[in-house]
Amino acid sequence: MKKYDENVVLAIVLLLSMVLVAVDLLTTRDAHAEYGDVVINKYSEAAGMRPVVFPHWFHRVRFRCKVCHADLGFKFEAGGNEINMLKIIDGEYCGACHDGDLAWSVENCDLCHSGAPGTPTQVHESTLQKLVAPTGGKATE
Amino acid sequence: MIRIVSTTSTLAGSILLLAFVCLASTAVYAEWQTLKEDGLHDPLNPALQWLQNPGDALGRMPSDSAGNKVDWVRAFEDGYIRPRSSIHGEAEVKQLDTEIIMNDTGSLPRVMFPHKPHTRWLDCENCHEQIFKSKAGATPVTMSKILEGEYCGVCHGAVSFPLTECNRCHSVPLNGTAKSQ
Ligand code: HEC
Ligand code: HEC
Ligand code: HEC
Ligand code: HEC
Ligand code: HEC
Ligand code: HEC
Repeated sequence: MKKYDENVVLAIVLLLSMVLVAVDLLTTRDAHAEYGDVVINKYSEAAGMRPVVFPHWFHRVRFRCKVCHADLGFKFEAGGNEINMLKIIDGEYCGACHDGDLAWSVENCDLCHSGAPGTPTQVHESTLQKLVAPTGGKATE
Repeated sequence: MIRIVSTTSTLAGSILLLAFVCLASTAVYAEWQTLKEDGLHDPLNPALQWLQNPGDALGRMPSDSAGNKVDWVRAFEDGYIRPRSSIHGEAEVKQLDTEIIMNDTGSLPRVMFPHKPHTRWLDCENCHEQIFKSKAGATPVTMSKILEGEYCGVCHGAVSFPLTECNRCHSVPLNGTAKSQ
C-alpha cells in the first residue's frame, strides 16, 4: 500500500537535509535570541518607539496557550492582531493582563518596547524565517 | 523533480545526515543568550536590567536539545510549572486522550499525533475546525505545507519544539508500535 513514489520521498528527504544543513551553517554565526520571541513592529518605530518584544517562554511558564490564543483572541500570526496602545489601555490584548493588577501596567513603556531599532515583525528562530531569510528575519510587514 | 537512484542506502544515508545536523545544531546552541547579547533587544535600553534572562528561568527545568532547550511536556507533567488555564486562576479544561496515526509518510516512520499533551496547553478551538478537521485522515497534511508554516507547522517551528526534530512526530516504526516516551 505504498502511496508515495520512493524517488519522490527520497528527494524530499534529501532536499530537507540540504536545506537544514545550509540553514544551520548560515545561522550559526548570527545572534541567537530565544526561540519563540515575537517582535511586533507594525506601528511602533513609525511612531518613534522601539519595536515590541513578546517573550513566549516567559509567558508560557505562567499561562497556557489557550488563555491568550482562545480566551483573549490572539491569532497565531506575528503581526496579525492590529494591536495599538488605545486597545491595550482599554484592556484588550496585552492590556488584559498588563493592568497594574495581574501584571505591571502600561506606564512601563521600555519593558515592552525593548527591541533593537530596525527589527521587523517576526517570530525569532521560526523554521520559516530560517528558510526564507537565513541571515535576517521573517518580515511579515 | 530531481531524480535520484532509489536505494535503501541513500535513504538511510540522508536520515543519518539529518540526525547529524540536528545533533550538530544542538551542540552549537547549548547555552541561552542574555537579552543584552541576543541581537533582538536594544542593548542601550536601560530597562533591560528589569527583564529576566531566559537562562535564569529555563535552566532549572527538564532540559531538551532543541527550541527553548526545555522539555515543556515534562516540565508541565512533573509540576515544574503550573501555567494558569484562565487569566484569573483555574477554569475547566477540555481534555482528550486519543492518539492519531498518520500513514502518508512514504518510507519514513509514521506520525503519531497525541491529543493529551496538546489539550493540556490548547483549547479544541485552537485547532478545530480551522487547522484540522475532527475526523482522522480528513485533513490533507503534507510535510511541505508543514514547513511552510501550515498544519503542525503553525506551532512547531515557531513556539513548540521545532521541525528539525523529525523523530518526535515520526515516532511509529513502519512495522511496529508507537515508541513509548
Ligand atoms: C504591555 C506591553 C506594552 C507596554 C507596557 C507599552 N506598549 Fe506601546 N505597544 C505595545 C504593542 C504590542 C504595540 C503594537 C506594536 C506594533 O504593532 O508596532 C504597541 C504600540 C505602540 C505605539 C504605536 C501604535 C499606537 O498605538 O500609536 C506607540 C506610539 C506606543 N506603543 C507607545 C507606548 C508608550 C509611550 C508606552 C508607555 C506609556 C507604551 N507604548 C507601553 C505594547 C506595549
Ligand atoms: C500571554 C499570551 C500568550 C501565551 C500564553 C501564548 N502566546 Fe502565542 N502569541 C502571543 C502573541 C502576543 C503573539 C504575537 C501576535 C501578534 O504579533 O499579533 C503570539 C503568536 C503566536 C504564534 C504565531 C507565530 C507566527 O508564526 O507568526 C504561534 C504559533 C503561537 N503564538 C503559539 C503559541 C503556543 C503554542 C503557546 C503555548 C505554548 C502560546 N502561543 C502561548 C501571545 C501568547
Ligand atoms: C495572560 C496575561 C498576559 C498577557 C495577555 C500578556 N502578558 Fe506580559 N506578562 C504577564 C505576567 C503575569 C507577567 C509577569 C509580571 C510580573 O512579573 O509582575 C508578564 C511580563 C511581561 C514582560 C516582562 C518579562 C520579564 O522578563 O520580566 C514582558 C516584556 C511582557 N509581559 C510583554 C507582553 C506583551 C508585549 C504582551 C502583549 C503582546 C503581553 N505581555 C501580554 C501576563 C500577560
Ligand atoms: C510536528 C510534526 C512533524 C515533524 C517535526 C516532522 N514531520 Fe514529517 N510529517 C508530519 C506529518 C503530520 C506528515 C503527514 C502525514 C500524513 O498525512 O499521513 C508528515 C509527512 C512527511 C513526509 C511524507 C511526504 C510528505 O510530503 O508529506 C516526509 C518525507 C516527511 N514528513 C519528512 C520529515 C523530515 C525529514 C522531518 C525532519 C526534518 C520531518 N518530517 C519532521 C509531521 C512532522
Ligand atoms: C494541536 C491541535 C489539536 C487540538 C488542540 C485538538 N485536536 Fe483534535 N485532532 C487534531 C488532529 C491533527 C486530528 C487528526 C485530523 C486528521 O487526521 O485529519 C484530530 C482529530 C480529532 C478527532 C477525530 C478523531 C478520530 O479518531 O476520528 C476528534 C473527535 C477530535 N480531534 C476532537 C478534539 C477535541 C474534543 C479537542 C479538545 C479537547 C481537540 N480535538 C483538540 C488536532 C488537535
Ligand atoms: C496549535 C499549536 C500546535 C499544533 C497545530 C500542533 N502542535 Fe504539537 N505541540 C504543541 C505544544 C504546545 C506542545 C507541547 C510541547 C512544546 O511546546 O514543545 C506540543 C507537543 C507535541 C508533541 C510532543 C509530545 C510529547 O509527549 O513529548 C508531539 C509528538 C506533537 N506535538 C506532534 C504534533 C503533530 C504531529 C502535529 C500536527 C498533526 C502537531 N503537533 C500540531 C502545539 C501544537
